[in-house]
Amino acid sequence: MKEAVLIIGAGPAGLTAARCLHEAGVEQVEVLERNLEAGGLPQSCGHPGWGMMDLHRFMRGPSYARELVRRAAGVTISTGVTVTRLLPGGSVEVLDSGGLGTRSASAVLLTTGIRETPRPARLVSGTRPWGVTTTGAFQDMVYIGGMRPFKRPVIVGTEWVSFSALLTARHGGIRPVAMIEEASRITARRPADILARGLFGVPVLTRTRLTEILGTKRVEGVEIERDGKLSILDCDGVIFTGLFTPEATLVRTSHLALDEGTFGPAIDNHWRCSDPAYFAAGNVLRAVEHSGMAAAEGAAAARSVLRALRGDLPRPDEAVRVRTRGALAYAYPQRLCLGKEPIVLRARARVRLKGELRLTADDILLSRRRLEALPERRLTVKVDPAKLGGRNDLTLALE
Amino acid sequence: MTERASGVQADVFDVAVVGGGVVGCAAFREFTLAGARCVLLERNADLIDGASKGNSGLLHTGFDAKPGSLEARCVRDGYRTYLEVRERLNLPLMATGAILAAWTQEERERLPAIVARAQANHVTDVRQISREELRELEPGVSDAAVGGILAPGESIIDPWSAPFAYALQGVLNGGVVRRSTEVLGGRLVDGIWRLSTSKGSLGARVVINCAGNFGDLVEAIARPSPFTIRPRKGQFVIFDKSAFGLVRGILLPVPNERTKGVVVSRTAYGNLIVGPTAEDQEDRTKATVDRKQLMNLIAQGVRMVPALAGHQVTATYAGLRPATLETKDYVIEALPGQRWITASGIRSTGLTAALGIAKHLRGLYEENFETLAPLGDPVWPRVQNLSEGGPRRAFQAGRAEIVCHCEGVTRDDIEEALCEPLSARSLGGLKRRTRCMMGRCQGFYCSRRVLQIVGERIPDFTLPADSQDAAA
Repeated sequence: MKEAVLIIGAGPAGLTAARCLHEAGVEQVEVLERNLEAGGLPQSCGHPGWGMMDLHRFMRGPSYARELVRRAAGVTISTGVTVTRLLPGGSVEVLDSGGLGTRSASAVLLTTGIRETPRPARLVSGTRPWGVTTTGAFQDMVYIGGMRPFKRPVIVGTEWVSFSALLTARHGGIRPVAMIEEASRITARRPADILARGLFGVPVLTRTRLTEILGTKRVEGVEIERDGKLSILDCDGVIFTGLFTPEATLVRTSHLALDEGTFGPAIDNHWRCSDPAYFAAGNVLRAVEHSGMAAAEGAAAARSVLRALRGDLPRPDEAVRVRTRGALAYAYPQRLCLGKEPIVLRARARVRLKGELRLTADDILLSRRRLEALPERRLTVKVDPAKLGGRNDLTLALE
Repeated sequence: MTERASGVQADVFDVAVVGGGVVGCAAFREFTLAGARCVLLERNADLIDGASKGNSGLLHTGFDAKPGSLEARCVRDGYRTYLEVRERLNLPLMATGAILAAWTQEERERLPAIVARAQANHVTDVRQISREELRELEPGVSDAAVGGILAPGESIIDPWSAPFAYALQGVLNGGVVRRSTEVLGGRLVDGIWRLSTSKGSLGARVVINCAGNFGDLVEAIARPSPFTIRPRKGQFVIFDKSAFGLVRGILLPVPNERTKGVVVSRTAYGNLIVGPTAEDQEDRTKATVDRKQLMNLIAQGVRMVPALAGHQVTATYAGLRPATLETKDYVIEALPGQRWITASGIRSTGLTAALGIAKHLRGLYEENFETLAPLGDPVWPRVQNLSEGGPRRAFQAGRAEIVCHCEGVTRDDIEEALCEPLSARSLGGLKRRTRCMMGRCQGFYCSRRVLQIVGERIPDFTLPADSQDAAA
């Protein structure tokens, strides 16, 4: 196929999509990567836990990243190229070492991934000393930079990535003093906390809030609140983990619709953005799924891109909208082009809640399910188009 | 001309400026260009690390200053001088104008008096506007605004490059900058000050006190200080660049007796800023942020500009303005017998007024001590543009790798900032020269790479064990 496809971001989703498109016979596939190395975030995560779902192997991050690049052989991967603007119809403004230019393609796939929420955006009180960082920066400093930014940090958060910070610390000869979590239980699945205590001797403090960062030049401690009581935790660093957010800056500054729930681009069930020349997949859609799922989405989006190149996708303007209600943070795809195939909606709860997940169309109940929802856990609902008839608005509610 | 090379013959300077904030840097530039042998002494590892690192980045016309005050005069002169020198130094100007919005009838009734005050300050283009005109000029402002004032001359500048450019021009024209050099005391012997510092002693024929939040302590070297510094903390919230377009320029509140109030403004770096608070405190260095105050600022910002609600916060910071207990005006005076000039109590208008203050200081010097012979053909350095609107290295053909993607900072930008003259000496200094790590990810993507480049260049950089600050 002669049509050109541009993929923005060479992480698991982008590289997997690139490989699939290449294997399907698309000759002009180019991945644009702003960093000097392709591979995305796994590159700086030196401990095992990658590749199980998509490559069926148990790998360290850097090996996984290298393997994704290797499998994309034949695809043009342009590194050191920054996309600065998305223009209507599939032209993008790029910045490479030759200066500013534009590239055009029949389809553009956004796979720009995620980042963690750093300290300022969490509105944390206190001084602003050296030694406050995120897991991503911490891993990059330890695994790639061989640095030891602190010796006794406190880890804020108990998502999966928080335990990844713990493994990184162990690798770097760094001994975290505690993990703290505001909720009454850890966010990651148990028994991660038991492993943390047992294997690493790191206490996991739930119902604990970091209230202030102390120290002038570098972190000298943090003030924490537990059961209404304030105390000082002695430490020399703070790692803010998780609270991921899509790296959707390009979408925010473009003509594409952004979903206020996911903070990523709004898509239909064919991974299409509000401008049908643009597609999106992976964690830029929402925070956060593991790399295997991001890669699988990249592959699925590649299939949709192929169909689009063949003129084989349904018209985007016939889609129905999906709205959320109650305790749901978001649901996507945000628009559905109804065909014969069932469509899977993915959603997340904002808070821990025992309740009912209901899908309705124009106030007619389509499905209901009682469940206990936890934040950071995926909820899935199957939509059967046959049941929908000619109805319009779909609402997914958790109450 | 580097700090080390200045050693022996630099023993006695004509002028020693104490304090490397924006006022000290401007004074250092002024006296060097006027032909004096001048030394700038800064206690921190890098310049612009005290009060001057945490302001709102505005260039004021002084329309709302107290007519006849020294502050009004210096702001006016500073504003004019900035416009005169900025192109040669490659400093940006976003001439957006400001709208002062009234939110209650009571506030609206005070508007005519503010316009009259602007006239008294010779800022003649300031005029009252209706709520309809306000809405037309600033469509993003809440419907709750009942009227306002248009101040077309108010502008946005880059608060870090400006003082840096002043200091750099001083250095390139023969001035000496000594950092990590705290003035501990001094004695006036036979018309020469012997200043003892944390890095040894030096001589100066005249001392100029620009010590900001330490102004009264430094003043005590010359006399029992007639003023007392009581730092006034101002916290700010910086919103993501996605919020930049929500206002077209600067949105000011009706000021009260104590402060100018909370401002919503674009920044030179392409963000939207909300702040400052005004909180008096004893501590002269501890500028903490406070969750409640930050949330309050965000709520105030959203009340004024409702669409701000959906935007992400990029950074938060706090600055300490050197307010004085005794007066609201600047304290600028010469002590001829003491061979000493004081420039103290310079609060939120310091960034604007600095060049005007510097001229005034030179006037006091020539009046009380000696006439100076200005340099015939001074060097004019062009600093790297940091503003979002101006040309940035990242966009030039043949650029090096982009290290900080959020702010578009290249390896060349960072390496240049680590070079003499006036190399960055702390992570905070590096950030203020390049904007690296200052964007929405706050170093998530680039911390390691920045630290590696720093480590390759300067093995003994004050990092990570001894850095001044990691956030803005």
